[in-house]
Amino acid sequence: MATNPAVPVSRPGAVANRAGGALARGIAVGYLSVVVLVPLAALIWASRADGAATFWDEITKPEAAAALKLTLVAALVVAAFNAFTGTAIAWVLVRDSFKGQGMFNAVIDLPFALPTIVAGLVLLELYGPNSPFGVDLAFQRAGLIMALLFVTLPFVVRAVQPVLLELDRDMEEAAESLGARRLAVFRRIVFPNLLPAILSGVALAFARAVGEFGAVVLISGNVPFKTEVSSVYISGQIESDNPTGAAAVSVVLLAISLAVLLAIGAFRHWRTRHDR
Amino acid sequence: MIAKYALRFGALGYLLFLLLVPVGLVFYRTFEHGLQPAWEAVTTPQALHALWLTLLIAAIAVPANTVFGVVLAIALVRHRFPGRGLVNAIVDLPLALSPVVVGLALYLLYGTGGWLGGLADHGIKILFALPGMILATIFISLPFVVREVVPVLREIGTDQEQAAETLGASPFTTFRRITLPAIRWAVCYGVVLTTARAIGEFGAVSIVSGRIEGKTETLPLYVQSQFEGFNTTGAFAASVVLALIAIFTVLAMRLFRPKEGI
Amino acid sequence: MGITVVEVTKKFGDFVALDDVSVAIPEGSLTALLGPSGSGKSTLLRVIAGLEDPDSGQILLGDDDVTQQPARARGVGMVFQHYAAFKHMTVWENVAFGLKVRKRPKAEIVKRVDELLELVQLDGLSKRYPAQLSGGQRQRMALARALAVDPEVLLLDEPFGALDARVRKELRAWLRRLHDEVHVTTIIVTHDQEEAMEVAGQIVVINRGRVEQVGTPRELYESPANEFVMSFVGPVNQIGKTFFRPRDLTLSLEQDGDATEAMVERVVHLGFEVRAELVRDDGQHLLAQLTQEEAQALELERGLIVYVKPNRQTTFAR
Repeated sequence: MATNPAVPVSRPGAVANRAGGALARGIAVGYLSVVVLVPLAALIWASRADGAATFWDEITKPEAAAALKLTLVAALVVAAFNAFTGTAIAWVLVRDSFKGQGMFNAVIDLPFALPTIVAGLVLLELYGPNSPFGVDLAFQRAGLIMALLFVTLPFVVRAVQPVLLELDRDMEEAAESLGARRLAVFRRIVFPNLLPAILSGVALAFARAVGEFGAVVLISGNVPFKTEVSSVYISGQIESDNPTGAAAVSVVLLAISLAVLLAIGAFRHWRTRHDR
Repeated sequence: MIAKYALRFGALGYLLFLLLVPVGLVFYRTFEHGLQPAWEAVTTPQALHALWLTLLIAAIAVPANTVFGVVLAIALVRHRFPGRGLVNAIVDLPLALSPVVVGLALYLLYGTGGWLGGLADHGIKILFALPGMILATIFISLPFVVREVVPVLREIGTDQEQAAETLGASPFTTFRRITLPAIRWAVCYGVVLTTARAIGEFGAVSIVSGRIEGKTETLPLYVQSQFEGFNTTGAFAASVVLALIAIFTVLAMRLFRPKEGI
Repeated sequence: MGITVVEVTKKFGDFVALDDVSVAIPEGSLTALLGPSGSGKSTLLRVIAGLEDPDSGQILLGDDDVTQQPARARGVGMVFQHYAAFKHMTVWENVAFGLKVRKRPKAEIVKRVDELLELVQLDGLSKRYPAQLSGGQRQRMALARALAVDPEVLLLDEPFGALDARVRKELRAWLRRLHDEVHVTTIIVTHDQEEAMEVAGQIVVINRGRVEQVGTPRELYESPANEFVMSFVGPVNQIGKTFFRPRDLTLSLEQDGDATEAMVERVVHLGFEVRAELVRDDGQHLLAQLTQEEAQALELERGLIVYVKPNRQTTFAR
């Protein structure tokens, strides 16, 4: 009697597999909850503990608002700057060829690996009152920008490199054979294909710049209304025993982080729409 | 042709001034007055305790994030479940979130008046103690193993695992003999990233630890306290230790992913 | 216009891709560069296009020495094996690219692109993206794109290599018809001798960076210059230093003077053609090609003993 091939035969371990899967999911979700979700929920809860009016007051207080404005503007400036320098560096690392290229490629990861406080200390030594160059950017917005440029360096570079590596060189040759000059080939062929990656890198750089603390806390001097960013403001509010105020501003930063993640997801979706 | 060299020297010059010169400077400033003062500065009891504490926290946070990272990655890739997108977003969140916000969240949860503030009354100290610092470090170093393993799992597909299943392997055996070897290098790379992030953490740990010298002060926190106490030699010496760890990290990253970027 | 390649040499490190190659391509012809992988045919095409610089030698388009000119200045149209479609542009934008880069007026671009899309039978698909097209459609788009700028010369680098057999055959015929209509000097690179014979009016056989022979398909088949050309262009039998085609091997049931004895090992029926694999006493294997009728007359089957003799053979002076 022939077995009907349409009837699924129970595979060994099928049930165990499903149970194992559910267990894995349960553990995973449990871990995430304990580590991430519950603390963030507590944060959001604390921010509204004294009511919506207080929440609004806390984030619109002059010092808080100034800090937020500075944070966003500085992050935008740095992210935009990185769009250019990051792409240029990625180009030089992928398309160019010279001795020591490997070392420069490795060095890109240094801002990720180095503790932010060390980065801050080092930048202060280089561009602050003891600077061997004779500049003094401490307590200045320029110092703040330098610190943010340091920590955001890897993001656009690492986002663009793989896309540049994978780019079909044939397309550029075809464009050239059709009469396009170098710049036109870059503008019309290479750049449109790099754009989603650049934007993803820019979004990550922006998020990192908004939240940066360690690198900034030394060189910027944290002068309220001048060089105080939101992360430092929050830290100050905790020390001044105003947890609600700290929480309120934190929730704003949290919302920005979530928005950035959404944007990155959208860019990823956009990037893959042309792939065969 | 000029454009090529201009671009090359512009990009490399930028890297030189933004990255290499500052890091070079920290070595210079540390050993400026000789090897001896630097060595003494970095071997004070307080400094050694800070180093030990940093490594201890990493020794707990990294394995935790590795094990749960692999479990999370498998759950995300191999199983469809409601809320998968949300889980994905949560895993990525520590990459985009300010460490100060993380520290504050834990501070509010476990502090007096927080939901779990009662734990302190029963003798379980979370804040201003090791457990809080570990939780903060786990939070901020969470994503790395997951994000490295997920694409590899996706790429290798289920073929091999299904073949193992038809040959009679239990899910655990399949995991041990098929899945794990396939993701081995991704896990290694993720561990390197996680460790670097855990050791270097500053903002979140600064808030939850209370920065109690000799008790809840990690090496990055020690750098700050020494600098603020005008002990620049101590601050720089500790910075050199951290910079060396960072350099090893960068080398390890190149070891596991030699082709990345070039 | 015609193309003249004069003593071109190209090396990649120690590897000599082209060794003092000289070839004349007549104006308006459809020429194939035929050779095995690594023979240098693609390199020669790219040197003609201006995508590679020769180490020595010249390239002339018509009477002009274009050796120093980059690709974009030569007025060549190029079609690549893997299409090189601009994946972020629609079919219409792809075809219009060359004209846009030359800053032609909008009305002219619209007219030309629509004309070309109709010529290559893609007029309904102008708003699609390359990822949404089949391989054959992508290649037709690539051809339209190359033709849009009225190139003097059309260069095709293994254009049908990435397509299935059926689509390949269709496009070969289509390319022939297109060339008849458009009359642009065309060079097609291929490793497929059947393709070269079917499509081209003139074939340049290249091996290891050298030109082995230039001629019409018939000339190559009937008067090959050397062993390489003969065996590359069709199946060949070799006994000692003589070569002959399977079609030229006569099979007979009776011993006839100097015919040798052989046994039929395998018979393959391919429509009206029958191929037989034979083996002689001395172990030498031979291929024979007969018509259905000839095979039937012999009652050709496995194990049959026949007497074989080539009725036409060639030897090459070494």
